Amino acid sequence: MSAGTLYDKVWDLHTVAELPGGSTQLFIGLHLIHEVTTPQAFDGLRDLGLGVRHPERTVGTVDHIVPTTSQARPFADPLAEAMLAALERNCAEYGITLHGLGSGRQGIVHVIAPELGLTQPGMTVACGDSHTSTHGAFGAIAFGIGTSQVRDVLASQSLALGKLKVRRIWVEGRLPKGVYAKDLVLHIIRILGVKGGVGYAYEFAGPAIDALSMEERMTLCNMAIEGGARCGYVNPDATTFTYLKGRPAAPVGEAWERAMRWWSTLASGADAVFDDEVRFDASALSPTVTWGITPGQGIGVDETVPTPEQIEPNERPIAEEAYRYMDLVPGAPIAGLPVDVCFIGSCTNGRLSDLQAAAVVARGRHVAPGIRAFVVPGSEQVAAAAEAEGLDAVFKAAGFEWREPGCSMCLAMNPDRLEGRQISASSSNRNFKGRQGSVSGRTLLMSPAMVAAAAVTGHVSDVRTLLAS
Amino acid sequence: MSAFVNFPAGAIERIEGRALVLSGDDIDTDRIIPARFLKSVTFDGLGEQVFADDRLELKGTHPFDRPEHGGARILVANRNFGCGSSREHAPQALMRWGIRAIVAESYAEIFFGNCLALGIPCFTAPHEQVLSLQAVVISDPARSFTIEVGAGRLQVEAGAGETAAFWDLKLAGGARQMLLSGQWDATGQLLAHDAELRATVARLPYLNSFAAA
Ligand code: SF4
Repeated sequence: MSAGTLYDKVWDLHTVAELPGGSTQLFIGLHLIHEVTTPQAFDGLRDLGLGVRHPERTVGTVDHIVPTTSQARPFADPLAEAMLAALERNCAEYGITLHGLGSGRQGIVHVIAPELGLTQPGMTVACGDSHTSTHGAFGAIAFGIGTSQVRDVLASQSLALGKLKVRRIWVEGRLPKGVYAKDLVLHIIRILGVKGGVGYAYEFAGPAIDALSMEERMTLCNMAIEGGARCGYVNPDATTFTYLKGRPAAPVGEAWERAMRWWSTLASGADAVFDDEVRFDASALSPTVTWGITPGQGIGVDETVPTPEQIEPNERPIAEEAYRYMDLVPGAPIAGLPVDVCFIGSCTNGRLSDLQAAAVVARGRHVAPGIRAFVVPGSEQVAAAAEAEGLDAVFKAAGFEWREPGCSMCLAMNPDRLEGRQISASSSNRNFKGRQGSVSGRTLLMSPAMVAAAAVTGHVSDVRTLLAS
Repeated sequence: MSAFVNFPAGAIERIEGRALVLSGDDIDTDRIIPARFLKSVTFDGLGEQVFADDRLELKGTHPFDRPEHGGARILVANRNFGCGSSREHAPQALMRWGIRAIVAESYAEIFFGNCLALGIPCFTAPHEQVLSLQAVVISDPARSFTIEVGAGRLQVEAGAGETAAFWDLKLAGGARQMLLSGQWDATGQLLAHDAELRATVARLPYLNSFAAA
C-alpha cells in the first residue's frame, strides 16, 4: 500500500470513521453540483426527511443542458428549462450558492470551481460528474460520484468509499512546441489503456509536470478518469499557489500565509511509497488524435490507424468495432482525414489558455469551406477574459462561431450536436459511440490547437506545420 | 415512493433468475443510457431506454430486446463494464429494466459504487470463467441461476441427468457485507457518526481559517 503520498495524507485527514464491512467514511470538503445529476438526489433527501448538513460546502452551477446560442429564459427546450428550474428551487430551498446564468461566474463546473478559488490543495472534492478528477490538479483528492452519493453528501457531507492504490506517473522532459497537456494525457491513456487505472489514483509528477501551468494540469487530471483512474492529482507547488492567490474564495492575509504553509506539507515526500510507477518522456511526443471509439485509441498525428496485428489480441474486438463505426481503414494515415465539425470547448479544454492556443492557429486564417466550427468558452469568466484579449474577434474573423459558456457538444444535451455520420474534431474528452448527439456521429479527440488546425484546413492536420508557417 | 416497489430492498442474500449476455469490453455508460435520456428530473421510464441506441441499430436482435431474455435478472458482461460518465442513470436504467445482479470481468469504480447504492451487486470472475458462463447462458437462455451473495457462488440449475455447475464469484468485501446486512444504502451509516463528523470539521485546516495548520 502507498505511504507518505499526498493521497494518503488527505485520505487520513478526512477519515471520519471506518465502516462495518471495510469501507471508510470520508468527509467531503467541497461538493459541486449541476442540473443533471442532482434533482433526484434532492428528491431522495426529501423522501428520507433529511436536510443538507453543510450547505456552505456545496456550490452549484448550470452547464450540461444550457443552450450556447441564446441563454434567454425560459429555454426553448421545456425539459432543459425544468432541470434548471429544479436546481434553482433546490439551491434556494437549502441555502446553497448557485452561480447561475449571467452571474458572471457560471460555467462548466470543473472550470468555475478552480477559477473561483474554491478548489484548494488538501481538500476532498466530490461532484456528480466523472470529470471531477480535474480538481486533483490542485493537490486535492477529487472524484466523480453518482446521484445516490450526491444525496449522501448533501445529507452527511461524507461518503462510504474504499481506498485506492496510488500509481505515480513520472514524466521527464518538456512538451515540445505544438504538443499540449491534452496530447500527453491521450498518450498516457493510449499506453496504459482505458482500464489501466482501475483501482488507482494517478499521481502525475516529474519535470514535465512541474513545468505545466495550472490549466494544463487541469487538462491532464481531467482525463485521468478516461484512463480508468477515478482520481488524478499533481502535488501542489508554487505554480498552484500563484494561481490561487487573490481568487474570490482563496484565503487572504494571515490565513493565506498559514494556508501556504499547510499546503506545502501535503506533497508526496521523497520517502513516499507507491503501489506502482510508470515513466514517460514528454519530449518525444507528437500531437495525438484518437481514431476509434475509446479515448485509449489514440495515435500520433504522423502515424497510421493501427492494423489488427499491431493491436493486443484482447483489444482487437473493440478495434474491429472502431474500424466499422469510424469507417476507417487499418494502416491509413490519420492526417488528411476530412472532418465536418470542429468543436473547441469542454471541461478538458475550454479554458483561456486553450482558446489562446487555438486562436494562434486561427488568426489570419479562415475555416475551410463546408466546415462548421465553433468555440464554447468554459465559463463566463473565460469568455470575458477571452473577449478582453480580442480572441472572440480573432475566431469570428476566421469564420468560427463564438458561443455562450456550457458543456455544449461535449455531450450534446443542448441543441449543439452532430448530424448523421458527421465527423468532428473535438477538444473534449470522450469519443464514445453517439457521444456527440448523433447515433452514428464520429469524434476525433485532439488538442484545441489541433482542432483549429483541422478547422482551417478541413482535415486532420499537424498543427506544428501551421505554427511553423 | 410507489415507484420503488419491487426494487431491491433490505438484506440481499440471494439473486435468482435467468441471465443475459452482453459481450465486449469497455461498454460505457453513454451506451447504457445515451445522454438525451438524462434530460429529466426523475429516473422514471429509464428502463425502456436502456441501450437505446445499440438496440435501435440492431433492430430487435439486441440481447435486451430478445423475447427469450425478457425478465432476465442477471447480466453477464466482460471487462471495464460501465466506464465513462458517472451518471447513475445507467444502473437505474438497468435496474428498472429488471437487472438485479451483474457478473463481469471488471467494472469502472464509479459504476460499481452506483450499483451498490441501488442494491445491485457487481460480481467479478476471471476471463475464462466469464466466457464459460456466457456460453452456458447463450446455449440455453431459459436456464435459471442462483447467486448466493454470502458464499460468492453462482449455481446453474441442473437439467435432467446433469450435475449442477458452479462459478465462484468475487465481490469486494465491503459491498458483500453491506448487501448481506441490508446496509447497502450507506446513508444511515454515514448519519450515525455525528460526533465523528463534527470532530473532522474541527480538525480540517481549511474549515478553520487554516488555524489548525
Ligand atoms: S464538458 Fe463534457 S465532460 Fe465536462 S462536465 Fe460538461 S459534459 Fe461532462
